[in-house]
Amino acid sequence: MSIAFFPGCTLSTKAAGYDISGRAVAQALGMAFEELADWQCCGATFPLATDNTMALIAPTRLLVQAQKAGGHVTTLCAICFHVLRRTQHILEHQPEMLERINWFTEEPYQGGARVSHFLELLREEFTWGALSGRVTQPLKGLKVAPYYGCLLLRPQAEIGLDNPDEPAILHDCLAALGCEVVDFPYQTECCGSYLAVSKPDLPEKLAHDILTSARRNGANAVVTACPLCQFNLDYAQRKEIRHTLEDTLPVLYFTQVMAVALGLDQDVWGMDKHYVDPLFLFSDLR
Amino acid sequence: MIQRALVIGAGIAGIQAALDIANSGYEVVLVEKEPSIGGHMAQLSETFPTLDCSQCIMTPRTVEVGHHENIRLYTYSELESVTRSESNGDFMVRIRRKAAYVDWSLCTGCGVCQEKCPFKVESSFERGIGPRKVVYTLSPQAVPNKPVIDAINCRYLQSKWDIETGRLPAVDKKGNPAQPRCGACAKFCPTGAVNWNQKDEVFEESVGAIVVATGYDLFPQARLPEYGGGNIPDVIDGLAFERLLAASGPTAGKVLRPSDGKTPKEVVFVQCSGSRDPERGVPYCSKICCMYIAKQAILYKHRVPDGQAYVFYIDVRAGGKGYEEFLNRAQEEDGVIYLRGKVSRLFRDGDKVMVKGADTLSNRTVEIAADLVVLATAVIAHTGSRRVAEMLGLATDENDFFTARNEELDPVVSRMPGVFLAGAALGPKDIPETVAQASGAAAKVLGMFQREKLSAVSVQL
Repeated sequence: MSIAFFPGCTLSTKAAGYDISGRAVAQALGMAFEELADWQCCGATFPLATDNTMALIAPTRLLVQAQKAGGHVTTLCAICFHVLRRTQHILEHQPEMLERINWFTEEPYQGGARVSHFLELLREEFTWGALSGRVTQPLKGLKVAPYYGCLLLRPQAEIGLDNPDEPAILHDCLAALGCEVVDFPYQTECCGSYLAVSKPDLPEKLAHDILTSARRNGANAVVTACPLCQFNLDYAQRKEIRHTLEDTLPVLYFTQVMAVALGLDQDVWGMDKHYVDPLFLFSDLR
Repeated sequence: MIQRALVIGAGIAGIQAALDIANSGYEVVLVEKEPSIGGHMAQLSETFPTLDCSQCIMTPRTVEVGHHENIRLYTYSELESVTRSESNGDFMVRIRRKAAYVDWSLCTGCGVCQEKCPFKVESSFERGIGPRKVVYTLSPQAVPNKPVIDAINCRYLQSKWDIETGRLPAVDKKGNPAQPRCGACAKFCPTGAVNWNQKDEVFEESVGAIVVATGYDLFPQARLPEYGGGNIPDVIDGLAFERLLAASGPTAGKVLRPSDGKTPKEVVFVQCSGSRDPERGVPYCSKICCMYIAKQAILYKHRVPDGQAYVFYIDVRAGGKGYEEFLNRAQEEDGVIYLRGKVSRLFRDGDKVMVKGADTLSNRTVEIAADLVVLATAVIAHTGSRRVAEMLGLATDENDFFTARNEELDPVVSRMPGVFLAGAALGPKDIPETVAQASGAAAKVLGMFQREKLSAVSVQL
């Protein structure tokens, strides 16, 4: 079985480790990703302007591509997922918007495409039970703090992936991999997102709070499903400013943890570009 | 028409209406669902803006109700049905008094049973921050001062019924007939008032007029997941904080937080929790919160002078005599910090409650590690109001508050002839307004009775 996959720009650059581990894991589980043909940037932020027509055209074009690829597209990037899912929601509920956008697209969007996050496929189609059956390298003793951020979960009425106040999807995934899952109160706090560009101090402060809370609750690592969360949390621990922290915490993508647990080759772990090197976590394994 | 009135609900509205009618020489049937009268006002510590002790100013009236020769009081009772006579318009009312397992005609109110009862459960009167015994009155000042036994939590009654239904063996190890366990209250009662075989009783009354004063409830915290959904022990609602402040409350008026009994040094008050939030809560303003939060913040500062109180507000609504001045006092004399903005999230972090909010006047996000958070949860219609509306054929609005015949000019008259409305059952309101409305409803009832009397006289002539 293969699934149309939209990587998005970040996974081709900063979050290459997410991309390589994600594709390898999907392949290993028999759900190989087929990269969406002729894709472009999704827009990277969901437009909240009163008139958001222009900004919806790019994600709509991706839905057209998904339609051509069988009607279902899956994502890894939480932001791409957020933009595509909400665009699809608007077009589904506002026929006049669909009509207006179709004036601008090279091919009309018919509606009905399915946008999923890979975590959702694991939960609903692969199931956590089957996933834990595929684990060859149980990660007992690895204490991971699942960090959701906001774009993966909110607004619930449009995204509907999980309960935004008490989410479980990352918890369940990590538990299926045999990790020790650590709950911490900052797991759904915002990481500061794109303010990393305009107000870099803010994400640093937020990351500091999130990491401190995760460590205080006993975590060895933080695990996320969003490239921006990963970047903000990881970058806030870069060597130049590390002195403000008691200790560093590696920040991993869930697919990287999966790659280790499923016994995949270290080449596909994609852990070479982190500001805090996570490899020591797994040094005992091999 | 029978010149006797039914008043539904014995909070301050029902009490006032009943007294006004009874003191004019007419009989009143007063029905209250709880074991004693006083409603929410009995839970309050002090009232705004005068800081009078709520119990103290109300007790003369509750006692008067208890003794009044013209008032027949049914506590621990609910309306079962209301039918209307087609010939004269009288209401036939059936009232069910729940079994209290205590014979109130024998009970002297000495309180020994409550002392001896070995089981404690969470008290709804104390809003979950204090316990009560299984045999209980709502407060030491309860009117009537007669206890009831909460059958669901009573070990004696449960084991008695289990033996009777065969869920427990009918004979003990020695072969004697099995005896229910506990029964401490009955053993120690000096007058033998505990009656394990008491059943619900149904009473019938005929009345010519009805005053509906069913009052309000608070928006459940469970519906505010971003504020912890009721799962954070140190996030409590306004009525619970009243109980912490009240001298007769579980902490005897000391401000001690529920989780560990420590004195909170940083207290955050969150106004409009569920109010003015059409998307997730109720669309309307709950009207009383701005003032009672100011009052609670002042009282907190009086109890804990080295503590800090913060109030998050959307805007402050202090329309009323002496209200704006009271608010200024909170800010200027008692140093309560007012922050204009909403709180986006509350969560537990160690022994603190993290408050994430915004101060929209300085355009900054605000983060407070609080020891205690008080939510001014929205005032909503009493859960029983819909049933009363159906029984009496009354109109309610989309929020289940009763609708008057004309909201501007006939605010206490319902669309059903002979049925009048008073207090928070019509919508959120404070004590003075509630009492004024109750007197208004009573005046309408008296006018109706008087008109009837006059026409009877003219027929005789």
